[in-house]
Amino acid sequence: MSTATSSFLSVRDLKVHFPTADGIVKATDGLSFDLEKGKTLGIVGESGSGKSVSSSAILGLHRGSSAQISGEILLDGVDLLQVSDEEMRRRRGLDVSMIFQDPLSAMHPYYTVGNQLMEAYRVHNNVSKKAARVRAIEMLERVGIPQPDRRVDDYPHQFSGGMRQRAMIAMGLINNPGLLIADEPTTALDVTVQAQILDLLQDLQREFDSAIIIITHDLGVVAEMADDVLVMYAGKAVEYGPTKDILVRPEMPYTWGLLSSVPDVAADTSSKLVPIPGNPPSLLNPPTGCAFHPRCPHVAKVPGDLCRTVQPDLVTGRQGLGHLKRCHLADPDTVYANEVLPEFDPVLADELADELTAADSNEKGLQ
Amino acid sequence: MTTDELTDRGAGSALTEAKPILRVEDLKMYFPVKSSGLMRRTIGHVQAVDGVSFQVNAGASLGLVGESGCGKSTTGRLITRLYKPTGGSIDFDGRDIAKLSENDLHPLRRDVQMIFQDPYTSLNPRHTVGSIIGAPLAIHKVVPKNKILSRVQELLEVVGLNPEHYNRYPHEFSGGQRQRIGIARALTLQPKLLVADEPVSALDVSIQAQVINLLQDLQKEFGIAFLFIAHDLAVVRHFCPEIAVMYLGKIVEIADRDTLYQRPHHPYTQALLSAVPDVKQAKVGGRRERIRLEGDVPSPINPPSGCRFRTRCPIAQDICARVEPPLLQVGPTHKVACHFPGEMGKHPEKPITPRLLGVDDSGSADLAAGPATELPTGPGYSDTWFDLKNNTMGKA
Repeated sequence: MSTATSSFLSVRDLKVHFPTADGIVKATDGLSFDLEKGKTLGIVGESGSGKSVSSSAILGLHRGSSAQISGEILLDGVDLLQVSDEEMRRRRGLDVSMIFQDPLSAMHPYYTVGNQLMEAYRVHNNVSKKAARVRAIEMLERVGIPQPDRRVDDYPHQFSGGMRQRAMIAMGLINNPGLLIADEPTTALDVTVQAQILDLLQDLQREFDSAIIIITHDLGVVAEMADDVLVMYAGKAVEYGPTKDILVRPEMPYTWGLLSSVPDVAADTSSKLVPIPGNPPSLLNPPTGCAFHPRCPHVAKVPGDLCRTVQPDLVTGRQGLGHLKRCHLADPDTVYANEVLPEFDPVLADELADELTAADSNEKGLQ
Repeated sequence: MTTDELTDRGAGSALTEAKPILRVEDLKMYFPVKSSGLMRRTIGHVQAVDGVSFQVNAGASLGLVGESGCGKSTTGRLITRLYKPTGGSIDFDGRDIAKLSENDLHPLRRDVQMIFQDPYTSLNPRHTVGSIIGAPLAIHKVVPKNKILSRVQELLEVVGLNPEHYNRYPHEFSGGQRQRIGIARALTLQPKLLVADEPVSALDVSIQAQVINLLQDLQKEFGIAFLFIAHDLAVVRHFCPEIAVMYLGKIVEIADRDTLYQRPHHPYTQALLSAVPDVKQAKVGGRRERIRLEGDVPSPINPPSGCRFRTRCPIAQDICARVEPPLLQVGPTHKVACHFPGEMGKHPEKPITPRLLGVDDSGSADLAAGPATELPTGPGYSDTWFDLKNNTMGKA
């Protein structure tokens, strides 16, 4: 891992608060992460956990609203929260761009797809309309739209869902931005189309060496796309680290819950789904202590009233540097291997238990 | 039927022996496409559902999967008779309901209920939860007016909501709770068949599991048969012992869940399954090897000739464009509509269907091949099926 200052994107203690008549909604409350060029970060969490709010803060989309934003967003060494509106407008689309979930509502229905792509290009490049059109066709071809020279004059409604998403990606990448934020890019799509779009994103990332933040609630997408994962709950990061560590040996009960509540196409069908009880908390009045404690089935394992009273810090987990978690549980690995995993995936549970005992005996051997 | 039989997740026997409550045969729904202008002539038809046959046993559940536009929701709406089918029969509990008039349907509505996808738009925002759930009771005059409230409270409790909340409005509930209200409404009249159209896809993952578990518990408790429509293959596999895959208005493969997910024989099912992103991939890193389908689903107004999947199929040959493959039974509880059915990577080199259909290997009519064999086309499974190893019709 490199130091924070040399990262391409470095978010430090980002807070996005919305004052409302009922009080302050802390949509994002102290979020920090780093992202290198050519790497992908997956942000997962339920609706209302602050995933999208944080990413729109990076894009400066809360400027002009009543949102109170603090912290640092360093992109290539420049703090995006400090630059002027004019400067932010210059960077938006050029250095950072975004792909939205629903391309039908994110594209203007009155303009042709080509027109919208050309506009995105001409805002940042002083070129003729003709040259911009050539570039738009080139991008449409790059993202795999058949007959791009004809389709460039179509309106968004004439495209199918998958093609619209491709056009969105073309628009996002037309200026070769260093950072691409994809907010649920495939949620509205069918699985076969989703596979096509994810392939495309990965090819383009390799080609342009861009950093990608992919926001999703689908852990399968994260597993296949992301290098790092950030799990958010009630505006805070609750677990953060390399994808393999987080998804194979998660240490935070919320992540366990996310994993256990999704059926797997290969899992035993007699195993019951283990949902997370209750509902996500209100951000107006988040629970005291650990925000997850009202829904957490493991509160009793922590001595005293710690979960209810003290907010756990984001500390290094048991798997060493780079895996951060926000939880009071003293021995999460054992709980996960013995109690959580057997309920929804007995096969994996056995594997993990074996691994743990092996690791244990190794440690004893070393001593 | 006992709960033991309901929970029996084994394939074979449970699927074939129980009594069907719903038999759908050659169901068709064509929506007219009108021209613009004053005359609004009909210039074509969207063949949303085109000759679908299946059956659902009492207390069992059948899953219907496919991509958007494949006709799975239309099928659900036809069975609840929200649409009037263009053709075919829907045999529910011994009666063909496909052509019944609105009035004759009235008693049927008690037995077939529906759970909708979007809990935000399927509940009237100006009615309290109590009146939403109680409406079916009042309409069908099941219980006297003064007993409705207590029955509503009972139902709220069944679906895991606070019975004291009957006076609240839908907006006061979260998405998951609203979906529970929708489920309570569907349960009010103790239906025999529930059509669940994407019941969890609008919900957060953690809430999805709650609702799926609730539906499973209700099925066990009340013995309701389910037609479970969803695009999420993992959810359908978890819920239904038998699953049908649809593509462009037709069933391309139908089988018990183990066969369908472990040994799919249709290239589309194989592609669909391989496209699902897998959490377990995290251990290995990178993307999973998968079949990549090119392009989009063709328009149902003008579907491809022959096999409808051939334009995107990796193994399509000449015969696929000329002759439509029949939905052929290839195992005790396994039917597939493909000229080259086989496990992934083991598709036969020559089509298996020509002798049955009376054509040659490229699909042209062939007198030497003899007349077409009479193939069973109805719903359900028969005791004889086409043996893929010997290429003949055989018996178990």
